Amino acid sequence: MSAEEPRDTPAVPSATRISLEDSAALHDPGAVGLLPPVTGGAAGALDSSAGAIRRENLRLLLRSPAFLIGAAILLWWIVCALFGTVFAPYSPVAGTLTAFNNPPSGAHWFGTDSLGRDVFSRVIVGARDILIVAPLATLLGTVLGTAIGLVQGYFLGPVDSFVGRIVDAVLALPVVIVAFLFVVAVGTSTTTLVIVIGLVFGLLIARTVRTAVLQERGLDYIAAARLRDESNAHIMFVEILPNVLGPIFVEFTVRLGYAIFTVATLSFLGFGIQPPTPDWGTDIANSYQYLGAGYWWQVLFPALAIASLVVAVNLIADSIEAVIIQ
Amino acid sequence: MTQYLLKRLGLALLTLVLLSFIIFFAGSILPGNPGRAILGPFASQHAVEVLNHSIGADRPLISQYWTWVTGIVHGDLGTSYQFRAPVSTFLFPALGRSLKLAAVAFVIVVPLSILGGVLAALYRGRAIDRSISVTGLSLTSVPEFVSGVVLIVIFAIGLKWLPVTANPPAGTSPLGQLRYLILPAIPLVFVLFGYIARMARAGTIEALDSDYVRTAILKGLPRSVVIRRHVLRNSLLPTITVIATQTGYLIGGLVVVETLFNYPGLGRLIFTAANNKDFPMLEAGVLVIGIVYLGATLIADILYTILNPRIRFQQAD
Repeated sequence: MSAEEPRDTPAVPSATRISLEDSAALHDPGAVGLLPPVTGGAAGALDSSAGAIRRENLRLLLRSPAFLIGAAILLWWIVCALFGTVFAPYSPVAGTLTAFNNPPSGAHWFGTDSLGRDVFSRVIVGARDILIVAPLATLLGTVLGTAIGLVQGYFLGPVDSFVGRIVDAVLALPVVIVAFLFVVAVGTSTTTLVIVIGLVFGLLIARTVRTAVLQERGLDYIAAARLRDESNAHIMFVEILPNVLGPIFVEFTVRLGYAIFTVATLSFLGFGIQPPTPDWGTDIANSYQYLGAGYWWQVLFPALAIASLVVAVNLIADSIEAVIIQ
Repeated sequence: MTQYLLKRLGLALLTLVLLSFIIFFAGSILPGNPGRAILGPFASQHAVEVLNHSIGADRPLISQYWTWVTGIVHGDLGTSYQFRAPVSTFLFPALGRSLKLAAVAFVIVVPLSILGGVLAALYRGRAIDRSISVTGLSLTSVPEFVSGVVLIVIFAIGLKWLPVTANPPAGTSPLGQLRYLILPAIPLVFVLFGYIARMARAGTIEALDSDYVRTAILKGLPRSVVIRRHVLRNSLLPTITVIATQTGYLIGGLVVVETLFNYPGLGRLIFTAANNKDFPMLEAGVLVIGIVYLGATLIADILYTILNPRIRFQQAD
C-alpha cells in the first residue's frame, strides 16, 4: 500500500506525517485524540454480523457512565431548545424594568439581567439557537468532508495534492479565526455562521475521511469492483463509503462538540447569534463588563450552561469513539 | 537531512502563499467600499472615489493582492483604516504582549500536562487514569471565555486573590506584572492541558508496551530507572512536537482571552479591527497568526528530526 501514498510526501518519515496530522487537530480542542479507527477488517463482514456488532456497540455504550451522563445532559438541553418557551417561567426577551440586576431569589432563581429579564428563562430558551446552528454546521461539514475526502483518497495524484495544500493553508489558522475572518467579511447571520463553520469543518473532516479511504483502497473488494468495470462514483460511494462510515460518525460527534465551542465563542465576540435572541455567549458578552459591580449571576449561569452542553457532547463523542475503535 | 528540511521549508512557504491568497480574498469578498467605510455615510461620493483611488481600492483585485504581498515581503504591512497609520506600529508590540501571555500559559501547562499524561499512563485503567482523562477532556472542550468568566467570578470577585484585568497599573514591577497574567493564562492552560496530557499518555503507553521496556524490566532494572531512562525518553518525543505546534492554537485562543481580560495583544487587535472593518489590520493580523503557526510547525519538525536518532541517522546515509 505504500506505493499508493500521495506523491507529495514520499520522503517524509512516517513519524513526521503523524505530527502533521496531529497539527490539524491542534487548534482544535474538539478533535482531541481522534485517531482514525481501523475499519478495514469489517469490510467483509456479513450483514447479520454487522447488525450484531451494532447491537453490541449500543450495549457497551449504555453501560458507560460517561455516555449516560452526557446523554442525560444533552437530552435536557434538547428539551429546553424544543419546549423552553413553553415552560420558562418568564418571557426571555421582555424585561421588568423595575427589577433589573436583581440577585437570585425565589421569584427569579438565577436573578435578573441589566434589562430586568429573567436569567433562568434566558438560559432555558438560550439552548435553542446554538442547538440549531451547531448541528446544522456539523452536518454540512460532514457531508462536504466525506465527499472531499473520498475524492482525495480515491483519486490521489494532483487532485489530492491540490486539495491537500488548501486544507493545510486553511488549517494553519485556528478554526475560530478562520470563521471570524469570513463572518466579518460576509456579514453576520445564522446562515453565514452555518456555512462558514460547515466549510472549515468540511476541510478538517476531509482529512480523516481521506486517511480512512487510503486504508480501504488497497483491499481486494476494490480491485474486484474495478475488474467488474464499476464506475468511479459507484466504487467511491457504494463500495468504499459504507466501510468508512464508522470514522465519519465518530468525526461527526467530535465535531459537534467543537461546533458548539465555535458558535458560542463567535457569539461571545459578537459575530454569532445576534440579540435579542436569547443566547448564552451573547448574554455573557453583555454582562461580563459589569462583573466588577458584583452581578455574577448574569454570567455564571449561562457559562455553566455552555460548559455542561460542550462537556456532555464531548463525553458522548469520547464514549462512541472508544466503542467504535474497539 | 538537509534535503528533507529544505523540502519542509518549501512546503511551508507554499502553504503560506496559499494562505495569503485565502486571507486577502476573504477580506475582499464584501468589504463593501473601503472609502465609504473610512469616511462614513455622510461623505460625498466624490470624496469616497478620490480616497478609493488613492488607496488603490478601485484597481483589479489581483493587482491589489500583488501590491499587498510585495509590500509585506518588504516589511510594509499596509495602512490601518481606523488609525490611518502603518499596521506594523500596532501589530508588533501587540504580538510581543501576546507572546508574553502565551509564554506564561506554556510555563504552567507543559509540566502539568506531561505529569498528568504520564501518571495516567502509569496507572492505566485505574481511577487516577480515568479522572485525569475525563477532567482533561472536559477542560479542553469548554470555551476559553466560559472558563474565563467562571475563574473571574471565583478568584477575582469572590476570593479577591487575583486582579480582574490583565493590565497592571504603570510602574508595576515585572514580577508584579506576572500576577496580572496568571488569571488570563489559565483558560488557555485548560484547553491545552487535555490535549497535551492525552498525547503524553498515548506516547507513554506505547513505550510501556514496547519490547525494549519488557526487556529492561526482565533484565531486572528498577521500575524508576526503566521509566526514566526507557519510557520517558521515547514517550515524550511526540509530545514535544505537539507542544511546539500548540503555539498556533494559543495565538488563536488569545482573541477570546484578550477580549475578556481587556489585554492589548494581537488577539484583541484583530477583534477591534474586525469590529471596525479595518481590513488591512485584520488581514495582516490573521496572516501573522498563520506565519507563527507555520513557523512553529516547522520548528517542531526540525526538533523532531534532531531528537529522533532514527530519522537523523537514516537521512545522513
